[in-house]
Amino acid sequence: MSSMQVTVAPVEPLPEEELARRPSGGLAYRLLHDASALVGGTIVLCICLAALVAVVWTPYDPLAVDPSHALQPSSWNHLFGTDEYGRDVLSRLLAGAKLILYSGAVSVAIAVAAGVPLGLAAAIRGGLIDDALMRFVDLIYAFPALLAAIVLAAAVGASTTSAMIAIGVAYVPVFARVTRSSALQVVGSEYVLAARAYRRSTLAILWRHVLPNIRATLIVQMSLLFSLAILAEAGLSYLGLGTPPPEPSWGRMVEEAQSYLSRDPMLAIWPGIFIAIAVLGFNLLGDGLRDVLDPRLRSSR
Amino acid sequence: MRRPPGSSLVTVYLARRISTLVATLIAASLVVFALLAVLPGKPAQVILGTQATPESVAQLTKQLGLDKPLWQQYLDWMRGLVTGDYGNSYISQLPIGHQIAQSLAVTAPLVGLGLAVGLVIAVPFGVAAALLRRRAAGTLIAATSQVGIAIPNFIAGILLILVFAVKLGWLPASGFVTWSTDPWQAFTSLVLPGVALGVVEGALISRYVRSAVLEVLRSDYLRTARAKGLSRGRALVRHGFRNGSIPVLTVIGLEIPSLIVGAVVVESVFTLPGIGTLLLQAVANRDLIVVEDVVMLIAVTVLVVNFLVDFSYRLLDPRIARA
Repeated sequence: MSSMQVTVAPVEPLPEEELARRPSGGLAYRLLHDASALVGGTIVLCICLAALVAVVWTPYDPLAVDPSHALQPSSWNHLFGTDEYGRDVLSRLLAGAKLILYSGAVSVAIAVAAGVPLGLAAAIRGGLIDDALMRFVDLIYAFPALLAAIVLAAAVGASTTSAMIAIGVAYVPVFARVTRSSALQVVGSEYVLAARAYRRSTLAILWRHVLPNIRATLIVQMSLLFSLAILAEAGLSYLGLGTPPPEPSWGRMVEEAQSYLSRDPMLAIWPGIFIAIAVLGFNLLGDGLRDVLDPRLRSSR
Repeated sequence: MRRPPGSSLVTVYLARRISTLVATLIAASLVVFALLAVLPGKPAQVILGTQATPESVAQLTKQLGLDKPLWQQYLDWMRGLVTGDYGNSYISQLPIGHQIAQSLAVTAPLVGLGLAVGLVIAVPFGVAAALLRRRAAGTLIAATSQVGIAIPNFIAGILLILVFAVKLGWLPASGFVTWSTDPWQAFTSLVLPGVALGVVEGALISRYVRSAVLEVLRSDYLRTARAKGLSRGRALVRHGFRNGSIPVLTVIGLEIPSLIVGAVVVESVFTLPGIGTLLLQAVANRDLIVVEDVVMLIAVTVLVVNFLVDFSYRLLDPRIARA
């Protein structure tokens, strides 16, 4: 028995009549006809493009200090103005997109790499192993991402790596639970029983039957978790527990701009808008993917 | 063998759940202790600075009890936690129990206010979004909540400061006077932080309220109640409320930890002397014993809240007890 339920976002069943009205056709076609997926996907694509552009080119060097041009408002030279050191805000925002995608991807990868095997093991073994694994997962759950990051920062110092590890580990329970509950349904199915009857190994069953069947659920969770990872990373760098300066991290940009709130409020608002849009994009994409890939998915019980 | 129905089942359940809770708490304390015990720098060295002689470092280490074997240190720490004797901070030498109590006087009302603001937003908007599902208003509320959950609480806090402190000057942007000095002023300095904390949580909870109400609206028992002649509103209040409260209760249980964690961030935005500020300062000063105590306090709160939520399901829904 799993005592606590972790739900990443509310999942609501679609009524039959709405299901019937959904367009049929290929995956891409259905994604393009789902408003959430379309808007979310576009936002995510734009962020990826911004990050890619930032790899090769930004209008100015995001780290170049120029005291004679500090705290300038928006202009043609500096589209989003400059910060208190005269650094170009747009360049820093673009470079920040790179950082947020990188740290989000690593955090989600950690959560998936640890959570999915845990969930699969719990589902297929059951009994004592299931109980022990789920208790272990409950234990991790007692340390929310921020708390884990604080402990890690106290132990080894704050860095992008410590933040990514803390966020990834903190969300292991989410993946372990989601994997376990959706794998349990597959493990109880007749085709798994059949596979067992002709002595397919457990690993082969997991690989050939369980994973393909829970893939959709996992992809949806990954997208939703990406948005949580972005939120967590922004919060951590705002607190000074993430990426250290001078690297441009959106959360830290907000923190640095707070001292100049009455002089230049846009300095804090721009990175804030970017964080919110990125989170919104991944949330919408996750919702859209869920509707398209797994329309009957109900809240994980 | 005949048992009185219900009662012994609840006792067995409680005993099992409490023993798991205690085991998890002990495991959590081991995790916290282990992570900070393997630290490279010696606390005594950190306190005395790099100029200190090896003798004085050794003496302070002994004085702090850090020369004892690790298991002994762990037991000492646990005994302190259980008996409420938290010891003194390595750095400021102030009693930690007193510091934590002072910080809680800020953080506890802040979290309470955040939860209240969250519920005040979530319940009406969630119910409205469900009832008006097919109209533009319902879609608008759902879309707004989607945007709301994407805004980090520190950004919400900064926007509130911009509008209500910088532009309008209605409420303080930062700082806190103690409750005993001026209760009203203390409350006003918690208003903006509480709203910043609650708005985002409210957006999230409203989505759960919406789907809970939708589920109730589609249920058979509600149709039966309507068929018996109850009006839509009365049927919802009499039958829907209790059934719909279970998923919402789950969410509130999940939200309390995130409110506590959110409070850590929001306190930093508004420079409030709460638990989060205490913790972050302790991290910056490498005041490990304070870090250990506060992290443990938060972990205990999260686990106990989960336990209580889990237990209240059974009170609300006897079907779960039989499952």
